[in-house]
Amino acid sequence: MKDFWKRFSQNRGAVVGLVILLLVVVLSIVAPFIYTKSPWAMVQRPFIPPFTMDAFVLGTDPMGRDLAAGLAHGARVSLLVGLVSTVVSLLIGIPIGAIAGYFGGWVDDLLMRFTEFFQSVPSFALAVVLVAIFQPSIYSIVISIAVVSWPPVARLLRGEVMSLRSREFVEAAVLSGQTHSTIIWRQILPNTLSPIIVLASMMVAAAILIESSLSFLGLGDRNIMSWGYIIGAGRTVIRQAWWVSFFPGLAILLTVLALNLVGEGLNDALNPRLARKGR
Amino acid sequence: MLRFISGRLLKAVVILICITVLNFFLIHAAPGDPAAVMAGEAGDADPAFLQQLRERFGLDKPLYVQLWIYVSSVVQLDLGYSYRQQLPVLQLIGERLPATLLLSLSAFVISLGLGVAAGAFASARQGKWADTIISLVALIFYATPLFWLALMGVLLFSVQLGWLPGFGYETVGANYTGLARALDIFLHLILPAMTLGLFFMAVYARMTRASMLEVGRLDFVKTAKAKGLRPGVIQHRHVLRNALLPVVTLAGLQAGQLVGGAVLIETVFAWPGIGRLMFDALSQRDYNLLLGVFVVSAAMVLLFNLITDVLYRLVDPRIKVAS
Repeated sequence: MKDFWKRFSQNRGAVVGLVILLLVVVLSIVAPFIYTKSPWAMVQRPFIPPFTMDAFVLGTDPMGRDLAAGLAHGARVSLLVGLVSTVVSLLIGIPIGAIAGYFGGWVDDLLMRFTEFFQSVPSFALAVVLVAIFQPSIYSIVISIAVVSWPPVARLLRGEVMSLRSREFVEAAVLSGQTHSTIIWRQILPNTLSPIIVLASMMVAAAILIESSLSFLGLGDRNIMSWGYIIGAGRTVIRQAWWVSFFPGLAILLTVLALNLVGEGLNDALNPRLARKGR
Repeated sequence: MLRFISGRLLKAVVILICITVLNFFLIHAAPGDPAAVMAGEAGDADPAFLQQLRERFGLDKPLYVQLWIYVSSVVQLDLGYSYRQQLPVLQLIGERLPATLLLSLSAFVISLGLGVAAGAFASARQGKWADTIISLVALIFYATPLFWLALMGVLLFSVQLGWLPGFGYETVGANYTGLARALDIFLHLILPAMTLGLFFMAVYARMTRASMLEVGRLDFVKTAKAKGLRPGVIQHRHVLRNALLPVVTLAGLQAGQLVGGAVLIETVFAWPGIGRLMFDALSQRDYNLLLGVFVVSAAMVLLFNLITDVLYRLVDPRIKVAS
């Protein structure tokens, strides 16, 4: 653990990313306590520019809603959607990749053709179609992000499992009469954890981008204030009120950047032998 | 080569048919009457039209018969009828396709050209400030929401500075012809193509840089240095050529994302392509049109993939056609 932290902190970008990420997490936790009113509530006159009123630091939107409150509440939505959809795509991708890599042969062929199919479909367009057909809601958004994001997980897992499959400790487990599922769960999967963690951190970032894009297109959950929704709502008044679209976009940019930086840091810390390769 | 291309074409056709099957099940999985879903009216469509749809797609017959009718009509390039726009879906898409192709191909060329140049430049100055700045800029663009970048581009270059048009495909009502029209379209193309291109530029720059640094450590590069070749020659002739291979592969994989990005960019810039058409279909709940655009964009991605595969083989003589 000490080694891990030492290697992680050697990557200055990763430390900066971690600090930004922690700030966003804290913001998402304290949001309901600071901004007790609903972010949808109209609290002042519309179009107050930012940094002109102390009570409304980031100004108000065309409906007179507090932009700072919207941003704070949106942080939780972005992080949660990113996290949950990543977990769901891991739940799809890990079994598929593990089974394909472990059993090989026709099973592998079949599962990989299936994976390739999902990789050759334009992913964002598929996500749009899925959310539109199943009606926009937080569930359909999470599911469709997961459906378009799992193929890289399956491919990564398959490769890892294939190389672990021929290692001595796995052969020993086979000879000792352990069942396939025990071998996969106890022997193989724990050894694939570090690349999965690295990939997952980048996937959360990508999921946040997809969620914001869907909300921007009007495919967000109507009951939830999200960063993408605010940008979409501010789009029509961009000439009069630049700040409505500017700040949420900046928030997305910083959060996604932070997650990617943390991902690179995790890569350095968890895969020390590979880490310095590409630098 | 011909055998390879025909093999890949066959695969692409199989994938397209699978997408059609997926579409079919999506229509049936959607809440509500499939006929209403296809009509896109969620309940209040003209009953005569709904009846017509039910008869045509055999919606009272068993599911596999319906599947057969649906897939075979798509294979015959019949993507159905947009009830909302009162036009066949294929015709609507056909009218919009050239604009999307123009946008995505320009963005593709911009991103690949600038990305490879920036990545190569950065790798040659590894650890220096130029490298740091390029890497940082690439990292930031990689994390930027595309639609937000587009909006900010409009705000800066169109609203504030007034340098470029931020809306549409050409000046409405100007009625330019010939060269003047081409110039007009070009001016309208700059902002959308640059925004779409910049995001992917970041991806290619990072990839090119990493790949060049990796190739730069290989033995044949040491040999080239030992022979006394100038560093510039080594970078161009030896390192870059070998480093480009993963970049070409990535370019093919990114094609799908490029098409997805086009939906967002076309929405922001009111660019009259199939992405904008998809957005219109969304806001009007015109599912037939939506699914049609989806099939066509998937076909576009498959075409891009095929092109990069062929390019890959041309760039890398080590891959034998037979393999």
